[in-house]
Amino acid sequence: MFTIFKRELKSYFTQPTAYAVICIFLFMSLFLTFYMGSFIKTGDANLEWSFFFWHPWIFMLLAPALGMRLWADEQRSGTIELLGTFPTTIWSAIVAKYLAAAVVWAIALLLTYPMVIAVNTLGDPDNLTIFSGYIGSFLVCCTFLAITCLISAFTSDQVTCLIISCAICVLLVVIGFDNVVRALAQSFSESTTDAIVSTAVLDHYRPLLRGAVRIQDLVYFFSIIGACLLSTSAILNAKRA
Amino acid sequence: MIEVSNLSKHFGAKTVVNNLSFTVNKGEVLGFLGPNGAGKSTTMRMVTGFISPSSGDAKICGTSVIDHPKRAKTSIGYLPESAPLYNDMTVRDFLKFCASMRGLNGKAGKKAIEYAIETCFLESVAPQSIHTLSKGYRHRTCLAQALLHDPEVLILDEPTDGLDPNQKHEVRQLIKRLGEDKAILFSTHILEEVDAACTRALIIDQGNIVADGTPAELRKQSGTDSLQDLFRTLTTKETE
Repeated sequence: MFTIFKRELKSYFTQPTAYAVICIFLFMSLFLTFYMGSFIKTGDANLEWSFFFWHPWIFMLLAPALGMRLWADEQRSGTIELLGTFPTTIWSAIVAKYLAAAVVWAIALLLTYPMVIAVNTLGDPDNLTIFSGYIGSFLVCCTFLAITCLISAFTSDQVTCLIISCAICVLLVVIGFDNVVRALAQSFSESTTDAIVSTAVLDHYRPLLRGAVRIQDLVYFFSIIGACLLSTSAILNAKRA
Repeated sequence: MIEVSNLSKHFGAKTVVNNLSFTVNKGEVLGFLGPNGAGKSTTMRMVTGFISPSSGDAKICGTSVIDHPKRAKTSIGYLPESAPLYNDMTVRDFLKFCASMRGLNGKAGKKAIEYAIETCFLESVAPQSIHTLSKGYRHRTCLAQALLHDPEVLILDEPTDGLDPNQKHEVRQLIKRLGEDKAILFSTHILEEVDAACTRALIIDQGNIVADGTPAELRKQSGTDSLQDLFRTLTTKETE
């Protein structure tokens, strides 16, 4: 498993993929922080609204871009046939490939450290809250990656995978918005609306930004990730049956 | 070494492999012949454990590939039909990765890689990136991957496809040499390869075995001393 993980991680950095994604992420997160989030004007050292708020918006487009080759590429080039005949299980390959992609994102997030240094120099933020913000941001990203991983198992075409995964991630983000909630409430009963809205990523992300680590949010993130990875394994096995 | 018993594969209503049984012993090179779409690749994929059969079983060195896939796969070296490779790696890195997947690390891994590179004549391209390789080198890199762990069973899906005549000759010699102490199953639709490398050959058509014997026996069976005639009479032609 570690061998696959190492190969995957290396391949992200021998190709321009990881660099492109990391650069665009850094650029966009800083642009949104300073421009849209008016980081300087608000004078808020807690990064919650100015910085972390924008992350799901970036991830919903960039996480599928990084993850689209996970299994789509493997199936198109036929290398899945090599993996499938090595003395290993398909499950360990799924986990290894997924973790490699997650590590690329962890690196991207860590590279935003100048923001943390900046707020600590300029003001007096609660660093634990910032830490939990990072955890939340990483979990959202991992969730989107897991969804992409599942979609990439269905298709050998990366573009199809990118489009469908983006659509699902965008849906998960916008479903938490007031306008959408109101529209839903008009056509569904209250309990159905609640059920749909509770799947929104932002509802589970915001408490973490405020520094509240709640069990239900962690369960939400980990269950989506777990379900997606298990389904990936089911799909890949079904395809070979 | 390879024992295939009553192996079948259906894709929907279509039967691709129909109740196939055969064995390949140590020291034997079995040529797997048949027209395109006869079920050769599907059979090989089932024997390597990549796809699961609809019914039947394949045993590799006595281990069922269905009940203990992980253990069975350790004794197989497999060259898939399209010779898939990770294009972003160099030849040496790719072989290192494959060796590591087979549990060959450090010194043992290095030795295995040197052996495979030497056997498949890859010295000149070892530091090269795979996406810059010509088809012949790609094929041999994938073949090298199958030899790394010195497996007891080799399954090669069209190992000479896309090679030039010199390379074809080398690969046939290699198969013949390796076949002395391994069980080899290799598919081809080039009939001259049967004489050049096989100790025995199977002709399959539409998922069924239609002929089985040594090259000499098969030639006798044809009546005209020609494998080509036998092949043409036994297999279904697309024009029919």
